[in-house]
Amino acid sequence: MPSTALFVLLVFSLIAFFAARSKAFAVAGDHIGELHSRPIYHGAYTTLTILVPGIIFWLLWNFIATRWISASISSQFSETLSSLTLPQQEGFIRDVMTLASGGVATFVDETKITAAQMVAEIRSRQLWIGGSILAALSVVCCWFAYTRITLKMRARHRVEQLIRIMLIVCSVVAILTTLGIVFSLIFESVRFFGRVSFLDFLFGLHWSPQSAFEGAGSEAISADNSKVFGAIPLFAGTLLITFIAMCVAAPVGLMSAIYLSDYASQGFRRIAKPVLEVLAGVPTVVYGFFAALTVAPAIRGWGESIGLDVSSESALAAGLVMGIMIIPFVSSLSDDVINAVPQSLRDGSAGLGATKSETIRKVVLPAALPGIVSAMLLAVSRAVGETMIVVMAAGLAANLTINPLEAVTTVTVQIVTLLVGDQEFDSAKTLAAFALGLILFFITLALNIVALRVVQKYREQYD
Amino acid sequence: MDTLVDNIIAEASGKEANIKMRCRDVSVFYAEKQALNEVNLDIKPKQVTALIGPSGCGKSTFLRCLNRMNDTIDICRVTGEILLDNEDIYDPSIDVVDLRADVGMVFQKPNPFPKSIYENVAYGPRIHGLARGKAELTQIVEKSLKRAGLWEEVKDRLDEPGTGLSGGQQQRLCIARAIAVSPEVILMDEPCSALDPIATAVVEELIDELRQNYTIVIVTHSMQQAARVSQETAFFHLGNIVETGSTDEIFTNPKDPRTESYITGRIG
Repeated sequence: MPSTALFVLLVFSLIAFFAARSKAFAVAGDHIGELHSRPIYHGAYTTLTILVPGIIFWLLWNFIATRWISASISSQFSETLSSLTLPQQEGFIRDVMTLASGGVATFVDETKITAAQMVAEIRSRQLWIGGSILAALSVVCCWFAYTRITLKMRARHRVEQLIRIMLIVCSVVAILTTLGIVFSLIFESVRFFGRVSFLDFLFGLHWSPQSAFEGAGSEAISADNSKVFGAIPLFAGTLLITFIAMCVAAPVGLMSAIYLSDYASQGFRRIAKPVLEVLAGVPTVVYGFFAALTVAPAIRGWGESIGLDVSSESALAAGLVMGIMIIPFVSSLSDDVINAVPQSLRDGSAGLGATKSETIRKVVLPAALPGIVSAMLLAVSRAVGETMIVVMAAGLAANLTINPLEAVTTVTVQIVTLLVGDQEFDSAKTLAAFALGLILFFITLALNIVALRVVQKYREQYD
Repeated sequence: MDTLVDNIIAEASGKEANIKMRCRDVSVFYAEKQALNEVNLDIKPKQVTALIGPSGCGKSTFLRCLNRMNDTIDICRVTGEILLDNEDIYDPSIDVVDLRADVGMVFQKPNPFPKSIYENVAYGPRIHGLARGKAELTQIVEKSLKRAGLWEEVKDRLDEPGTGLSGGQQQRLCIARAIAVSPEVILMDEPCSALDPIATAVVEELIDELRQNYTIVIVTHSMQQAARVSQETAFFHLGNIVETGSTDEIFTNPKDPRTESYITGRIG
C-alpha cells in the first residue's frame, strides 16, 4: 500500500531523529557549547534529509505508476478498446481498476477480469520496486546526514533553509491556485464572448438567459442571443442591495464600534464584542430564511398598510438582513482600528477641553479613517458576493429598477441559477456564469485595490 | 461648618499671598492603591513651579489632578480640595470643559493631531467657539504660534501635517495648541523628556518667556531643568510633598535630608 510506505518512512525518519540527536550529544561530549548547532537541529536535519527526498520520490513514483498501468492496459487490450467509444473506454478502465482493488464493477466479463489480474500483478510489482528504491534512498540519505554530524556542522542553517523553502512552496501553492481560478474564468468567458458580444453583455438592459433555449439544439448561436444576456439589471440589482445593506451596516457597525472602544466599560466590552461577532458566525442560509419568512412579509404588510405596492420578495428585505449580517465585519474591524489610535491623541484633545464626542469626531475618527474605509470596503465585497440571502428574499426576476420594494436579482444569484440544472456545459447559458463571475471578480478586485490605496495614502498620519 | 471656615480663611489668605491654585489635602487612589497622600501646595501666578522627585512619587498624578485629567481613568478617585482662583475645581457646578480651557496641558511625548499645523492650533478655539470668523481664527493661530516661538519656522507651511515636524517643533506646536485657547495655567508633564538637548534648550527658553503671561506647572526629571526654568519647586517623595519653597532655596539650602539626598543624586 502506498500510504503504508509513507508511514514506514515517517517512523524511520523519527528514529533517525533520535539517533542523530544522541550522536550530536556524543560528538560534543562534555563541551556541549562547542557544538555549532544544538543537537535538536542535527536531529531535525537528519529527519528532513530523509523525509523530503523520500516524499518527493514517492509522489513522483505513484504518478508514474498510474501512467504505467493505463499504458499497459491500452497496449495489452488495444483490440478490445479500439472497438469501444470514448466513454466506454473510460468505463472499461474504471471497471478494471475497481476489480483490481477488489471492488465490485458494474459489468464483469472475461477481458475485464484478465485485465484486472494483470493490473493487480503490475501493482504489486510496482510496490516492490518502488518500496525498495524508497528504502535504499532513505538509508543513503540517512547515512549522508548521520555521518556529517560534527562539531562544526551547520545543521541549524540547513534546517532554517529547508523551512524557508517549505514556506515558499506553500505560498506558491496559494498563488498558483488563485491564478488557476482566474485563468479558468478568463478562458470560459472568452468562449462566451465568442457567442455573445462583449458590449451587449456588459451594457445590455435585458437579462433572460432562459429564453435563449426555447428551441432545442442550435439556438445558442441564434442572432437574438446577444439581446438576452444583458448584465446591467444584475449589476443594478447587486448595487441596490449592497447599497441598502451598507445603509444599515455602516452607521450601526461604526457607532457600535465607537461605543465599544471609547464608551463601554472593560467588562461590557469583553462580553459584547464576542457576542457581536457571533452574528458573523450565523450561516447565511439562516439569515436567508429569516429574511424570506420574517422580514419580507413584515415589510410587505407594513407597506400595504400605508398603501404601497410591495412585492413579496423585495430588495429591501434582502438588503436589510444582509446589512445585519455584515454589521460585525464593520464593527469588529473598526473597533480594532479605533482602539489603535494612540491614547495620547485622546488625552491631547481632552486636555484642550474637548468633550468625548468632539474628540471622537474630530481627532479619533479622522485618524482611524483609513482602517474604517477598508473595513467598509471589506463589508461591501462581502455584500456583493453574498448569495443565499438574495436567493431566498429578493427573488430571481431581473428587473432593472431602483425601487427597493420590487424584486431584483444579483450577479451571484444568477450564477447559481445558470449552473444549477441540466444544461450542457458548453452552452451559452452556462458560459454566461463564467463571464458574470469574471466581472464580479474584477469588481471585488477593484474594491480591494481601492481599499489598499486608501490605507497606503493615509497610513503615516499618526506614528 | 469647618469647610466654610476653611474656605473663608483660604479665600482671605489666597488673596493675601496672591495664589493662583491652592491645593489642600489632595489624595489620589487608583482603586485601592493610594498614589498621593494629603498633598498641600500653593501655586503662585505667573511663576514656573517645578515638581521634582523620583519616578513613581506621584508628581505626574498630582499634575493631572490640576485639570482633572484623572477623570478619564475609571478607577481613579481624588479627595481633598483644589482651588483655582478660589473656586473648587472638583465642585459639581464646575464644567470640566471650561476648566481645561483655563488649565491647559502639554504632555510628555509630543502628540500633535494628524492634521495640518494650522488645524492643530485652530482645534481648541474651534471647539470653544473663540473665533467669530475665519480671519479671527487665523489671527489666534498666528498669535499662538508666535508665542510658542514656532511662527518663523512654519509660517510658510501651515497646511502641512503637524506630524511632519521635528520632535522639538512638535512639542512647541503642542504648546501653541494649548496657548490658543488662552488658558491661565499651563501644565507640562516632562515636556522635554522626548527631545534632544538643543530642542530642550529651545523649549526651556520658551517656558521662561511664557511666564510673563501664564502660570506654569512643570513636572521634570531633570534637576538642572528645574533649576534653570522654575522659580518655585516642590519635592515629591513616595506620594508626599517633602519640601516646597523657592527654587534657589531648595537647591542651595534644602531643609529636609531626603531633598538633599535627591538633589545631590544619592536617591532617585
